[in-house]
Amino acid sequence: MPAVSKGDGMRGLAVFISDIRNCKSKEAEIKRINKELANIRSKFKGDKALDGYSKKKYVCKLLFIFLLGHDIDFGHMEAVNLLSSNKYTEKQIGYLFISVLVNSNSELIRLINNAIKNDLSSRNPTFMCLALHCIANVGSREMAEAFASEIPRILVAGDTMDSVKQSAALCLLRLYKTSPDLVLMGEWTSRVVHLLNDQHMGVVTAAISLITCLSQKNPDEFKTCVSLAVSRLSRIVSSASTDLQDYTYYFVPAPWLSCKLLRLLQCYPPPEDGAVKGRLVECLETILNKAQEPPKSKKVQHSNAKNAILFEAISLIIHYDSEPNLLVRACNQLGQFLQHRETNLRYLALESMCTLASSEFSHEAVKTHIETVINALKTERDVSVRQRAADLLYAMCDRSNAKQIVAEMLSYLETADYSIREEMVLKVAILAEKYAVDYSWYVDTILNLIRIAGDYVSEEVWYRVIQIVINRDDVQGYAAKTVFEALQAPACHENMVKVGGYILGEFGNLIAGDPRSSPLVQFNLLHSKFHLCSVPTRALLLSAYIKFINLFPETKATIQEVLRCDSQIRNSDVELQQRAVEYLKLSSIASTDVLATVLEEMPPFPERESSILAKLKKKKGPGAVSVTELEDSKREGGELNGGGDRGPDTASTPSPSADLLGIRSAAPVGAAPASAGSLLVDVFSEAGTTTTLPSSSLFWLLFVCKNNGVLFENQLLQIGIKSEYRQNLGRMYLFYGNKTSVQFASFTTTPQLNVQTKPVEPLVEGGAQIQQVLNIECLTDFSDAPLLNIKFRYGGALQNLTLKLPVTINKFFQPTEMTSSDFFQRWKQLSQPQQEAQKIFKANHSMDTEVLKAKLLGLGTALLDNVDPNPENYVCAGVIQTKGQQVGCLLRLEPNAQAQMYRLTLRCSKDSVSRRLCELLAEQF
Amino acid sequence: MMRFLLLFSRQGKLRLQKWFTPISEREKKKIIRDMTSMVLARQPRSCNFLHWKDLKIIYKRYASLYFCLAIENQENELLALEVIHRYVELLDKYFGNVCELDIIFNFEKAYFILDEFLMGGEIQETSKQMVNRSIEASDMLQETMEEYMSKPAF
Repeated sequence: MPAVSKGDGMRGLAVFISDIRNCKSKEAEIKRINKELANIRSKFKGDKALDGYSKKKYVCKLLFIFLLGHDIDFGHMEAVNLLSSNKYTEKQIGYLFISVLVNSNSELIRLINNAIKNDLSSRNPTFMCLALHCIANVGSREMAEAFASEIPRILVAGDTMDSVKQSAALCLLRLYKTSPDLVLMGEWTSRVVHLLNDQHMGVVTAAISLITCLSQKNPDEFKTCVSLAVSRLSRIVSSASTDLQDYTYYFVPAPWLSCKLLRLLQCYPPPEDGAVKGRLVECLETILNKAQEPPKSKKVQHSNAKNAILFEAISLIIHYDSEPNLLVRACNQLGQFLQHRETNLRYLALESMCTLASSEFSHEAVKTHIETVINALKTERDVSVRQRAADLLYAMCDRSNAKQIVAEMLSYLETADYSIREEMVLKVAILAEKYAVDYSWYVDTILNLIRIAGDYVSEEVWYRVIQIVINRDDVQGYAAKTVFEALQAPACHENMVKVGGYILGEFGNLIAGDPRSSPLVQFNLLHSKFHLCSVPTRALLLSAYIKFINLFPETKATIQEVLRCDSQIRNSDVELQQRAVEYLKLSSIASTDVLATVLEEMPPFPERESSILAKLKKKKGPGAVSVTELEDSKREGGELNGGGDRGPDTASTPSPSADLLGIRSAAPVGAAPASAGSLLVDVFSEAGTTTTLPSSSLFWLLFVCKNNGVLFENQLLQIGIKSEYRQNLGRMYLFYGNKTSVQFASFTTTPQLNVQTKPVEPLVEGGAQIQQVLNIECLTDFSDAPLLNIKFRYGGALQNLTLKLPVTINKFFQPTEMTSSDFFQRWKQLSQPQQEAQKIFKANHSMDTEVLKAKLLGLGTALLDNVDPNPENYVCAGVIQTKGQQVGCLLRLEPNAQAQMYRLTLRCSKDSVSRRLCELLAEQF
Repeated sequence: MMRFLLLFSRQGKLRLQKWFTPISEREKKKIIRDMTSMVLARQPRSCNFLHWKDLKIIYKRYASLYFCLAIENQENELLALEVIHRYVELLDKYFGNVCELDIIFNFEKAYFILDEFLMGGEIQETSKQMVNRSIEASDMLQETMEEYMSKPAF
C-alpha cells in the first residue's frame, strides 16, 4: 500500500489492487478477478439500490480490471448514472470510465450526451471541463452532431473562464478533425483568430492548435493570423527568461507556444507585408543567434526546449526556401549538431538536413558535411541514427559525389540491419542509375548489390539492369565479362544466376573469343548452378541454353543432351517440361535461318519515360489521385528470356530516369517524407515565389471538356498539354516552351508528388521546347486536381509557379449507351437524395446546340438521343473507372434559351462524384 | 498532435494508457505489444526517437517506468520529450516523489492529472502552477475522507 493517498481514498479499491499484485501466477490473478467481477455483477443486479460511493468504487474497480487487459462487458450503465451525480468525484470517475471504455458507436451515447448537455449548461467551470474532455475523448459523430454548434459559442463567449476556453478550443479541434463537415465556419472564426492576442498564455497555447488546423484547411479565411502570430512570436523571442513566469520552462520562454507559432506560420507563404516579414526574419535570426549563446542551464530540459524552437525555426526557413542567408545559417547550425555529444541532436540534425539538401540554396552547403555523415553511417551505435545518415546521404547525392556515396552505402550494406536492407538496396539502385555516367560503373554497382544483398534485391532491380544492358551497346561486352566473372564464385546468389543467364544468353558471344570463356565453358558454368535454383530461374536458364544453340552451334549437341535427359524432359513441373520439349524440338527441326530469326537478340526496350510516382495523398474527403508508373502494373513476367510482349523495335536508349522509384512506391525514399498527407502540403506547396501566378483557374476550366491545348502562358513560358485517357489510366504530355531568347537554367518541374524525380532537362534553350510525360492512375474518386510546381532561373531571377494540372474526375469516364427505358430505370435506382446533385445557373457561353453537344461529348460520357421526352434537353450516361471501383453516372442538362439559364442534374452511384461533377460542369456552359 | 501515451514498467507491464484517437481494442493491444517490445529492446544511451509506421515514437525512462509517446510526423521530437518530462513533474508535485506504486494505486489520479495537461492530443496547459491549481481545486470539491471511510469497504 502506498503511503500517500491524497483526496479521497477508496479503501476497497486499494485492497483489491494489493490483492492482484500479490497474486503469484496469472491463473491466481484471473481467479481473483473473476471473483471480483462476480461480486460486482451481483451488487449491480441486486435489489438494494447502491449508494453513489459504492457505485463509484465498483466502476473504478471495473476500470482497473479493464486496464489490466481484461474485457469488461457490463457496468456501462452504472458509469453513465455516475455522470449525473452531483458529487464531483463520482462524476469524475463516471467520465473517466466512459472516456476509457466507451467506443464511439455505443448505444449509450444518447444518454451520455444528455449528461454532457447538462454539465455544459451548468456554468460550473469544473463540470464544463469534464464534459468537454469527454467529448474530446470519445469524439464520435453523434457527439459532434449534438455539440458542434454549441462549443464555438462557449469558446468565444465573453464570460467564459479561461480554463473552459482552453478545453473548448481543443475539444472543437477534435470535433473538427473527426467531422469537419459539422463544424461550420461563422462569425466565431474571426474571434478565434484573435485569441492569439489573449492575455492568458494557456489560452493562446490551446487555441493555436485549433487555429493551425483550421488554417491548413481554410488558409484564406484565416490569413490574418499570420501577422498576429509574428507579433506574438516576436514578443516571446525578445522577452527575458523571467518575463513569462510559469510559462518559462527551464529558462526558455514559452517553448510550446513558440513552436506552435512557428508551425502555424508554415501553413502560409512568407508574409507579403514588408514590415511583418522583416519582423519575422528578425525573430528567426534571434533564434539562430541564441543557439550560439552559452546555455543558461546545464539541464537537458533547457537545451531540449531551446533546440526544439531552433528546429522548428529551421523548418520554417526550409518551408520558405527563399532566404539563402538563413538557409545557409541553418545548415551550419545543423552541421554543428552533427558532431554533438547528444545522440538525439545528431539524429535530428541528420533528419533535418535531408530537407535542406533538396533546396537549391543549401544543397551545396549540405554537401560539405559528407565526411561527417559517412562517418556517422559507419560509427553510430544506434541503428535509427545510422538509418537517418543513410537517408541523408541519399538526399545529398548528386553527380559530383555519387560514386563516393554509392560506394559507402554498398559497404554499409554488408553489415546493415536486416530491417533496412531492402530500402538501402533500392536507394543504391536508384542512385546508381540516376547518376551513372559510364554504364560499366552502373553494371558493377548492381552486380555488387546482388552479391552483397542478393536476398533483398527485388525483381525490379535486376529487370532494370538487364533493360539497360540490352539498350546500350557500349556496355554489353563489359556486362558479359563481369557476370561471367561473378558466376565463378562458388556460392552466388540466385539473382546473380538470373542476370548471368540472361546476359550470357544474349551477349555471351562477345566474350567467347577468349578461351577462358569459350562457349562450352560459359555453358558449363551456368549449368553448374542449375540444380541449385528455383523453378523460375531454371526456366530462364533453359531459355538461355536455346539461345546458346543459336549463338554457338558448337554447343548444340551438349545442350540437346541436357534437354533430352529425363530430369528435363520428364520434369514434374509443367513449365520446365514444356520448355525442354519445345526447345529440343526447335533445335532439331528448325533450319539455322529460322533458328536465328526466332532466337534473335532482344530488341531494345522501349524508352522509359521519366516517371512520377507516389500517391497524391487524400487531401479532402474520400478522394485521392495517384500518378504512378504504368510499367508498375504491367511488369514483365517471371522470365524475360523466353519471349513475351515486347515494345516496338525502336533503337532508343533509356534515359537515366528515376524509373526504379516507381517500382516500390511504398518504400520510403530519402528526403521526401511521402507518408504524411498533411506534410505533403508543407513540403511541396513551395511558397518561395518571386513571381506568383495569378490563378490560372480559367485556363484550367477549359480542360474539363477537352484534352489538348495551352494550359498556361506568360511572357516567358508557354505550357502545352496533350493527354489521353483509357479506363482508369491516363497519360499526359507536357510541353514547356521557352518564349524568350535566353536560356532557362535550373529548370525543374515538380508535380506535387515526389521531389526526387527530376525528369526534365535542367536547361531550356531560348526558343526551345522540352517535353515531359506523366502517367496517371486514378485510384479512387477525387476533387482536388494535382498541382505542378515549376521552378527555373531566367536571367538572375528565380521563377516559381504552381499550376493545377487539368486532371479531373470526368477524364476517367467510359461512355455508356443505353435505351430510354434503361436510362429511366437507372435514374430511378439512384434516387437517394445524396446521390443527386443539382444546380441552376446562368449561361456563360453560347447556347448553340452543336457547341453544347461537343462539350458534352468532350466530357467523356455518351450523349443519348431520344431519351428525354423534351428534345431540347440533353441526357448523358457514363461510368467513371477508378482502380478500386466503378461509379455509374447519369446526367441531365435542361437549357432554357429565353432565360439564358440551365438546370443541371447529376445522379451517380457515389455521392461525392455527383457533387464534384456538378461543380465542374456548372462552369462549362 | 499526439496519438497515444503509454507508461509501462521494465517488465513490460502496462501502467497507464491514453489514446487520443479512437482505436479498436484489438489494435490497441497490438500497439502496446509492439511498443513494449520495441522500446524495451533499445540499448541504453540510444537516441530517444523511433520511427514506427507513419508516427514518431518518443520514449524516456524514469526509474523503473518507461514513458512512450507517439506523435504525428510533423511534430517536434524534442518538445515531445519535454511533454513527458512535464508530466513526470506534475505527477511528482502531486504525489510528492512519485514512484511506480503511486501510479498503480492511484491510476485514476494519474489520468486526471494528464487530462489537465493534455487534451485531444494537444497541449492544454503548460504551466505547472495552473495545472496544480486545478487539480487542487478539484480535490477541494471532493467529499471529506471521513465521510468515505465510514462507508463499508465492500
